[in-house]
Amino acid sequence: MLTNNTFKHGVHPPEHKDETNKSPIRQFPFAPLFILPVEMHIGAPAEILVRQGQEVSRGQVLAKAGGYVSVPIHAPVSGTIRSLGNVHTISGKMVQGIYIEPFPSSTQEVMEGTPVDVESANPEQILQAIQDAGIVGLGGAAFPTHVKLKVPDGKHCDTLLINGIECEPFLTTDHRVMLEQADDIFMGIRYLIKVTSAKRVIIGIEANKQDAAKHLAWHIPRGLPVEIKVVPVKYPQGSEKMLITSLLGHEVPSGGLPIDVGAVVVNVATTAEIGRLLPHGRGIQERVVTITGPAVKKKGNYLIPIGTPLRFVLEEVGVTDNISEVYMGGPMMGVAVSNLDISIVKGTSGIVVFGEEHVTKSEKIFPCIKCGACVDACPIFLNPSKLGILAKFEAYDKMAESYNLMDCFECGSCTYVCPSHIPLVQYFRLSKSIVRKRKTKEVTNA
Amino acid sequence: MLNRTLHISTSPHITDGTSTDAIMRNVVWAMLPVAAFAVYSFGLNALFVMTTAVVSCVLTEHVLCRLSRKESTVSDWSAVITGLLLGLTLPPIFPLWMTFCGGVIAIGLGKFMFGGLGYNVFNPALVGRAVLQAAFPVAITTWLPSFAIDRFQHVSSSVLALPFMEPTVDAISGATPLSAFKFDHVITPTYDLAFGLVSGSTGETSAIFILLGGLYLVVRKMMNWRIPVAILLTVYVFSGVLHLVDSTIYPSPLFMLFSGGLMLGAIFMATDMVASPLTPMGVVVYGVLIGVLVVVIRLWGGLPEGVMYAILLANAVSPHIDNLIRPRVYGTAKSRGT
Repeated sequence: MLTNNTFKHGVHPPEHKDETNKSPIRQFPFAPLFILPVEMHIGAPAEILVRQGQEVSRGQVLAKAGGYVSVPIHAPVSGTIRSLGNVHTISGKMVQGIYIEPFPSSTQEVMEGTPVDVESANPEQILQAIQDAGIVGLGGAAFPTHVKLKVPDGKHCDTLLINGIECEPFLTTDHRVMLEQADDIFMGIRYLIKVTSAKRVIIGIEANKQDAAKHLAWHIPRGLPVEIKVVPVKYPQGSEKMLITSLLGHEVPSGGLPIDVGAVVVNVATTAEIGRLLPHGRGIQERVVTITGPAVKKKGNYLIPIGTPLRFVLEEVGVTDNISEVYMGGPMMGVAVSNLDISIVKGTSGIVVFGEEHVTKSEKIFPCIKCGACVDACPIFLNPSKLGILAKFEAYDKMAESYNLMDCFECGSCTYVCPSHIPLVQYFRLSKSIVRKRKTKEVTNA
Repeated sequence: MLNRTLHISTSPHITDGTSTDAIMRNVVWAMLPVAAFAVYSFGLNALFVMTTAVVSCVLTEHVLCRLSRKESTVSDWSAVITGLLLGLTLPPIFPLWMTFCGGVIAIGLGKFMFGGLGYNVFNPALVGRAVLQAAFPVAITTWLPSFAIDRFQHVSSSVLALPFMEPTVDAISGATPLSAFKFDHVITPTYDLAFGLVSGSTGETSAIFILLGGLYLVVRKMMNWRIPVAILLTVYVFSGVLHLVDSTIYPSPLFMLFSGGLMLGAIFMATDMVASPLTPMGVVVYGVLIGVLVVVIRLWGGLPEGVMYAILLANAVSPHIDNLIRPRVYGTAKSRGT
């Protein structure tokens, strides 16, 4: 079970997981108002099916998938649609959304749908059911899971990798899910095997979650080809590419997908959600979120209805008076929140709150001294130092053509180790988007 | 309660706590024992030379920043390193006015002209020293014997020479181990070399203190250990082979390792992060190149010492090394050079 296999390079940020990893998942209270943006997944926005004043019940579809790369949105509570309008999102963009006011004394029973039986359903039906359940990658990417699971013609899936790495500091949602939802995870794996026709399944877990690994190993159902591999702790092992290297020893080709090396990677919480929802034909209406950080009073793991306003969440758990930064996701790849009127969405794996004294004050940026720390940190062997200098000179095309800019998956390891505090990964995000824009322009001009 | 203004920043929101000025400061700390030993063995002369070099470098950096209407960058401590390194590479009785000129050249020509910290192609201290060597060939090869009895009372008149005046040499010039070998074929015992009981540049005589400083920086992960290891190993192997071929002409590898400025150069000069390559493989190539050049210049060149030129030459090619030797990017078939 325990292996020393891991990817090369990477970093070791302080984990801070002890603060919440013993805290069982607790149900979060219902907020007085829910806010559901139609864009909480990657792909086309969902299309709203309800109108103002309409009464909806918990689990009902409020918006349908806006295309193949899209998923529907289900009502997280029974209540009344108070209005439809623009809502805030984490990116700062206002998008169309739905406001729901819960019925004050409802028992909040969840609507049952058409169950999808794992034995009798065919792969197409299961994929459809996964889309209908509104399932996206719960690790944070929020990419529609059914799209990812569709094995393209001519390729085949040899190994299904269940990602229980959770390498982001502070976050323990996957850890708790593995400890508390083993049956759901294995049920989910049954569906996933059916869809991908994978011959074997590996659950990848980092060595700081040995208890979860043991617990799952104990509960592997008879006859299910599941193996559990515990790998050394290192960031960013939870990224698909690094996970595949750690567990299988392969490299995903540049610009390619895991399926190119015969693998499909699914987050462990996403797997559990599939295993829980599909047998009841339900849609996703809540998720586990780690609420933590030095400024949070009641740290822990909570089952929070999707659409719960962030302000309500922070009021419930209590934060110190001097809160300064709030991140959605972990501190390595999470996004800083500028407005508490956004809500918990499907991709929200954690909320980390720092007080004034915990924020590294806007540190002085020095010139690059070519120390090479970033070169030794980059898990895909880029040269962030050189890329950073090229970005300053706006040599975006050279960055992409000669220095593999587009392979960067923005893990932030380079920036984490940079003694000159150069926001390298931010340069790369901007550079990548500029290169992408230029490419689309070329295509449209051609 | 929750109406405070939130700070936003781009991810990652945490760092590993390292900082460029902290690295620079620690390099200075690592050199202090070497400087202290220099004062111990060469007395007040060495103290004056090193202090002048540091003051000159810091002052030059500050003035040049002000002149170009930029915020002064002296607080990053890199000018202190350059000054101290320059002082350590000069003879202990080097005239102070020449030392001052060296500092101005090191920072002005070696660093500021290229764009300041991070942009210098060469190690600035060595640029300063190279110019001094060309300009004052006599003064820079006039040595003071170590452990002179009156070293804490007496300051050489040569050190205090007036600007633009040639120094009058009152001290008995003690030959360095390398010049003794080159011109008189005398080999100094390794023990004397390692413990700094010999004559030489201010800071190059005690290999032990230099190694300790290097060890400190390696432990604190502020120095790339591959550079000194590659240099020293190359010198040892290359000169060892030559010594085996003909021990009457070629000195022993240990003598080569511990004499002259090799230790100081390998540990504190060649490791200048800005002027050395970035990748582990590139750094090894760079170190081997320096090692080979040192042996070639020392044994077949006209000068007794070659560490300075070896490092400067390797500095010049290090951007090309980075261009040619690139690690294979994850998921690509093979590395792509340009």
